[in-house]
Amino acid sequence: MGSHSSSAHGENYINCEKGLWSWLTTIDHKRIGIMYMIAVMFFFFVGGVMALLLRLELFAPNATAGVGQVLKNGDAYNQVLTYHGAIMVFMVIVPGIPAILGNFFLPIHLGAKDMAFPKINLLSWYVFMAGALLAVATFFLSKIDTGWTFYTPYSIRTGTSVVVMVVAAFIMGMSSILTGLNMIVTVHKLRAPGMTMHRMPLFVWAMYSTAILQLLATPVLGITLMLLAAEKIFGVGIFDPALGGDPVLFQHFFWFYSHPAVYIMILPAMGVISEIITAFSRKVIFGYTAIAYSSLGIAAVSFFVWGHHMFVSGQSELAGIMFSFITMLVGVPTAIKMFNWVATIYKGSVSFDSPMLFALGFLFLFAIGGVTGIMLATLPIDVHFHDTYFVVAHFHYVMVGGTLMALMGGFYYWFPKMFGKNFNEALARLSFVFIFIGFNVTFFPQFILGAMGMPRRYFDYIPNYEQLNKVSTVGSWLILIGFLIGLYAIVQGIRKGSKAVANPWGAKTLEWQTASPPPQFNFDVEPVVTAGPYEYR
Amino acid sequence: MMWFNIAKAQSFMPTQGTEIAKQVDNLYGFLLITSFIACVLVIGGMIYFVLKYKRKSDNDKTAYISHSTALEFLWSFIPLVIFLAVFAWGWYIYHGMRTMPKDALEINVLGKQWAWEVEYKNGYKAVNEIVVPVNTDVKLLLTSQDVIHSFFIPSFRIKQDAVPGRYTALWFRAEKLGEFHAFCAEYCGTTHSGMIGKVRVVTREEFDKYMEEGQEEGQLPLAKRGEKLFALKACASCHAVDNPAAKVGPSLFQVFGHEVVLADGSKVNADENYIRESILQPNAKVVKGFPQGVMPTFQGQINENELNALIEYVKSLK
Repeated sequence: MGSHSSSAHGENYINCEKGLWSWLTTIDHKRIGIMYMIAVMFFFFVGGVMALLLRLELFAPNATAGVGQVLKNGDAYNQVLTYHGAIMVFMVIVPGIPAILGNFFLPIHLGAKDMAFPKINLLSWYVFMAGALLAVATFFLSKIDTGWTFYTPYSIRTGTSVVVMVVAAFIMGMSSILTGLNMIVTVHKLRAPGMTMHRMPLFVWAMYSTAILQLLATPVLGITLMLLAAEKIFGVGIFDPALGGDPVLFQHFFWFYSHPAVYIMILPAMGVISEIITAFSRKVIFGYTAIAYSSLGIAAVSFFVWGHHMFVSGQSELAGIMFSFITMLVGVPTAIKMFNWVATIYKGSVSFDSPMLFALGFLFLFAIGGVTGIMLATLPIDVHFHDTYFVVAHFHYVMVGGTLMALMGGFYYWFPKMFGKNFNEALARLSFVFIFIGFNVTFFPQFILGAMGMPRRYFDYIPNYEQLNKVSTVGSWLILIGFLIGLYAIVQGIRKGSKAVANPWGAKTLEWQTASPPPQFNFDVEPVVTAGPYEYR
Repeated sequence: MMWFNIAKAQSFMPTQGTEIAKQVDNLYGFLLITSFIACVLVIGGMIYFVLKYKRKSDNDKTAYISHSTALEFLWSFIPLVIFLAVFAWGWYIYHGMRTMPKDALEINVLGKQWAWEVEYKNGYKAVNEIVVPVNTDVKLLLTSQDVIHSFFIPSFRIKQDAVPGRYTALWFRAEKLGEFHAFCAEYCGTTHSGMIGKVRVVTREEFDKYMEEGQEEGQLPLAKRGEKLFALKACASCHAVDNPAAKVGPSLFQVFGHEVVLADGSKVNADENYIRESILQPNAKVVKGFPQGVMPTFQGQINENELNALIEYVKSLK
């Protein structure tokens, strides 16, 4: 591959080839990242509209006619709930940062020309799209109503297209495995000269830990979903108590994947935050090794905590106690990261550009998500909070507040690099303000609703819960406004933004040492690395 | 302990109906306070630092502090100690929560889509209502006839899944008279949110009286027995009885003796035989506008006497 001083002629990965076909057949990791971006944004829009519908339905108890009856009955609500969860988990948050930002920046961060397996990289996009479209297709067959967790025996008994949906999730899982595999090999084999493991940016460490999880955990989900499909088609009797199966076994299998998956969602976010905090404080990150190894630590321990989803499922008391204990241990590396980020700001030179605002928003929301996580890990407290709105609030704080804040922050951070254009900073900040306030208005009341005892997945509720649900629904509109402003800022930036310089933020990692947007093979001259990634002196 | 009370007042927990609830709230109060302090330290520290070290010029000199072993050890060790203390405290409470008392009053609770069927030792059955004497150990034996449900009494801070094919149990000792909600917390389909029972805590005398009345159920008039059975079999989840509005299934209000239009356009007179057939083979003649295959068959689940009582009840819905 010998395109050398291509950027000197103003040629970059966007304009080096033209036409839709050149995008659909590209093996350039940057273009694939952009293709993921378009897909994920579309699914985020669909999942978001469903969230708004759910909140609208819950604006008032059903007894009050009108607003409380947006979805015409419990079935419609349960279906929208299921699609909202499945789309947001499998098509937005799990692929989000790894597939968009990871694809785009991991090779550049390493000083590589591309991923280790560029064609497998393209294949994973097609596999992902095939799975995602199949999942969406079930919406036109018979809408499934199992919740994104597919708990048995409900999923076996319900007459809806569960089999198609689990096949779709299985296919998307394969895409996730391929991406993970590709990233691990890229990290091990394609680092530029001088780029030792301990000189890799923390974003790469986070992606690396994530990739290990994707590779090891996703097959378990695949097998579980295939067993569920076999159960539905052939009546094997693994999960269905009517056939002598054990319905709780499904939960064990399911969470053995899905708990590590929670970290597949959050570790990449932590990587993005590490990059932003250090760049906008202009200061070397505090505790590089602690952050890098705590990612691996979280990844390792996350395999042994699945049972904390099942404290009241009828699993043994001893199991509950063990899982509670191990879950407490995950809190430690997570706390370490929080302290490291705050310590990085200490004696720095902090600017409040929009990426930094999103990163600070992340720290704020993740602190709340984290402490409520400890509450849920505490056995007798979880017995009360399990399957209530407290849990809903907690995981939205961690997964949406955490991952989405990081995705938005990372997106604005790298926007000039990705598109070679500047976005409107005022709009980006305004979008942050709406999203941040809206998010807290929507989800904080749900902690209280949960403490008051309102169970989750409720189509309707008793009047005690009305006021807080109203507040929560109003919050969801603020989030909507925030995202619409953000979308406008992005589209306007891409179309009309002024030309970006190579290193607008004065950051140190490798992607800022090449042109904006990067040339087709990332660097005109292969970089040689002589120091750590954050040498701000 | 004043701090605890403040935290508890802020915590919005429902009425404390049991001793366990008080213990749970104490631990929760402690966690609320420590969490609040932790958040103030982290978020407050963050806000303080970003304001104090706000960028002044484009070439600010920043400190080069890459790590501090002592600091890093401290902030790993202190959370670890707190987490383990919380774990141990939680374990202690959980132990009390899960150790079933020996001479408890045992009540069977069967979860089904979408009601709780309650059966006492003397054979008395009720639906969506558990009556228990105050200050008495009560043990609920839970199971489900279809999907997983979860029995949740917020005021008692207890919850346990009802799993088909096995028995699970929970216990409580109610210390306050009154009525408390019992929700289904595990998603179970269409009217999951409507699966609400109540726990009525009464005096010992009232409880004994309630049991006696329950025993006399055999002497109730036929239609009354049908009404009870209608609730017990959760028919009311899908069929309205006091107005013509359709729920999941057609309303039974003023249906008996009238003509019913079926899905294929034909008509049938809603007489005793049609009602009987609709209970035992629900999909044989489905009313126009309602989907096939929704109602489960009750074949083998009710006897002839019960069928008579149900039909008599439908007749009485005028």
